[in-house]
Amino acid sequence: MLAAIGMALTVLVTIGLAAYSSRLARTTGDFYVASRSVPAWWNASAIAGEYLSAASFLGVAGLIMVGGADAVWFPVGYAVGYVLLLALVAAPLRRSGAYTLPDFAEARLRSRTVRVIASALVVLIGWLYVLPQLQGAGISLQILLDTPVWLGGLLVSVTVLVVIVGGGMRSVTLVQGFQYWLKVVAIMVPVLFLLAAWRADSNPSPLTQAPPTFQEQTTVSMRVDTEVTVPQAVDVSVNGGQQRWDVGVRVVPADTVVTFPAGSQVPHLSTTTILSGSSWAQALQGGQEHALYRTYALMFALFLGTMGLPHVLVRFYTNPDGRQARRTALVVIGLVGLFYLAPSVYGMLGRLYAPELLMTGRTDAVVLLLPQAMLSGAVGQWLTALVSAGAAAAFLATATGLTVTVAGVLSQDLVSRWVQDPIVAFRIAAAVAVVVPFLLGLFAESLPLAQAVSLAFAVAAATFSPLLLLGIWWRRLTDVGAAVGLIVGGTAATTAIAVSTLVELTGWPAALLSQPAAWAMPMSLATMVIVSRRTQHRLPAGVDRIMIRLHTPESVGVRRTWTARG
Amino acid sequence: MNTPRPRRVVITGPRRDVRRRRPRPITDEIDDQTRVGKVYLRSLIRTQLLLGLATVALVVVPLAAMPLVFGAWPSVRELQVGPMPLWWLLLGVLVYPAILGVGWWYVRQADRNEAQFTDLVEGR
Repeated sequence: MLAAIGMALTVLVTIGLAAYSSRLARTTGDFYVASRSVPAWWNASAIAGEYLSAASFLGVAGLIMVGGADAVWFPVGYAVGYVLLLALVAAPLRRSGAYTLPDFAEARLRSRTVRVIASALVVLIGWLYVLPQLQGAGISLQILLDTPVWLGGLLVSVTVLVVIVGGGMRSVTLVQGFQYWLKVVAIMVPVLFLLAAWRADSNPSPLTQAPPTFQEQTTVSMRVDTEVTVPQAVDVSVNGGQQRWDVGVRVVPADTVVTFPAGSQVPHLSTTTILSGSSWAQALQGGQEHALYRTYALMFALFLGTMGLPHVLVRFYTNPDGRQARRTALVVIGLVGLFYLAPSVYGMLGRLYAPELLMTGRTDAVVLLLPQAMLSGAVGQWLTALVSAGAAAAFLATATGLTVTVAGVLSQDLVSRWVQDPIVAFRIAAAVAVVVPFLLGLFAESLPLAQAVSLAFAVAAATFSPLLLLGIWWRRLTDVGAAVGLIVGGTAATTAIAVSTLVELTGWPAALLSQPAAWAMPMSLATMVIVSRRTQHRLPAGVDRIMIRLHTPESVGVRRTWTARG
Repeated sequence: MNTPRPRRVVITGPRRDVRRRRPRPITDEIDDQTRVGKVYLRSLIRTQLLLGLATVALVVVPLAAMPLVFGAWPSVRELQVGPMPLWWLLLGVLVYPAILGVGWWYVRQADRNEAQFTDLVEGR
């Protein structure tokens, strides 16, 4: 019950802040970008708040619980992405004066076509990213409060719409900044209590030779038909009757309640490898095929994908100048890094105190369930309320940021053709931007959160990352080169992801298609370079003027207007 | 006494009637996209790109080496610092202050490059 109150409070404060700050938003400019009156540290909080999605708040701990040492690349990658963003993109992008990625593409290459392609990709990446947030909200609410699985997504969608329609970017900045700090407190404070409880339990080591075991008699209820691997023959009670489960794979039907005796080994979801504590803790021992390739491909996706996330880049426009944009990116590295100290602790403790999640497959819920599992009474309940509030903030912040961005693109490039008033157009676009992923989420299969989000990173890495890198640093990029490269990279990454989620594959095809960034990004980059070299006659006339604008500090008195003739 | 006549010496001074021509400011050269302007701009872009790539390499190269090192030498894999395996200490904790430090260094250098460029083109 306290969990529900925690979530409800987050939602109410979010709407309240939005309503308060929307009174400050007056003009269309305010509505979009807060008129750049946001201090750097608050802007950085907003970026971090928007960035730390449900995948970070819930998903990373879950993946670490299952995959151990190899899964720490998820949080590391999410943070290192900002180093690349800082060092190669932040200041020039701000100086370009472009607000969104399509704006940048059009301004840099003087091409409507590239703009349209970039807009389509923003929408694609945005929806790919929002979808797991809504599904995650549904699952979290189901686990905590036993609600139907669509309800969480619906609540998030409605709240997001209220916030956006209420106030636009200004309110979003205030709300997101608040949500960063809420998330940090909500994940860090329980860590202290959980570690204390672990010590009081004479700190059992997670680095055992044995696979996870139930420390005490444990009752597990299955919500859906689940195929599990039983590692060790065990006498269990199933819906009240005694049964013997032999070693092997078995299907546990929905609504089964199984009670395991203390000390028995935990059956695992049949798709996860059962790991002893010591191989869980060691790199490349997770039993995945081609683990080394997967590790590097994940690095590619996360390191390079961050710079191509449309909702992150929009925020850099809110900085007053390029130098401030760098400072903001630096603060974001600190804020995001602080947050990512926590998920590993949940993952480790989850194997000891909530191992039944390895059987139900609901490891995304480990952050939500661990406080109750480890701490009895009021403390456990209050901490559950706190993590629930943090989780709600995670769903809302990312979904809001992405929806604003997708809505911005849809309204500029699509809706405004039929609707005159820009604010009305933006509101219609916002509704479309929320409803589509919500409906998709009802039907699409759900992957583990952090993994689902890494697909959006892979598409961003294969499309916007080469566009930005070449657009900023290579004068000779042409519109045709960029367009062909975006299409090649986008198609390759999207097709690979679609095939790997729809078709059962093994071996190299499975590895290559489920982690496409490592080949799709170089492919797209190479395409842009090769095609540009062959289409040099299409170099825009003002290209040098654009390079001047991107790279000279604002304090230098050069002309930086965007006229077609330099 | 036939002393040689002193050679006529032309005494000159700066001409007062015309103002000395000031060198063209480099910002104009950049604005007009002359050869000189382009050279200045390209050197700025080059410096900043090299700095950016160095920053990225400083972070990515050690990280990318980790799976190889830990994969190739099982003895490294089993190293522990106190109760914590080395891998987790590095990737769970130390990586975050480390990238913050590298980022801070980058911001300082990038500001310095820009300040130098500004001084150069504005002739201060």
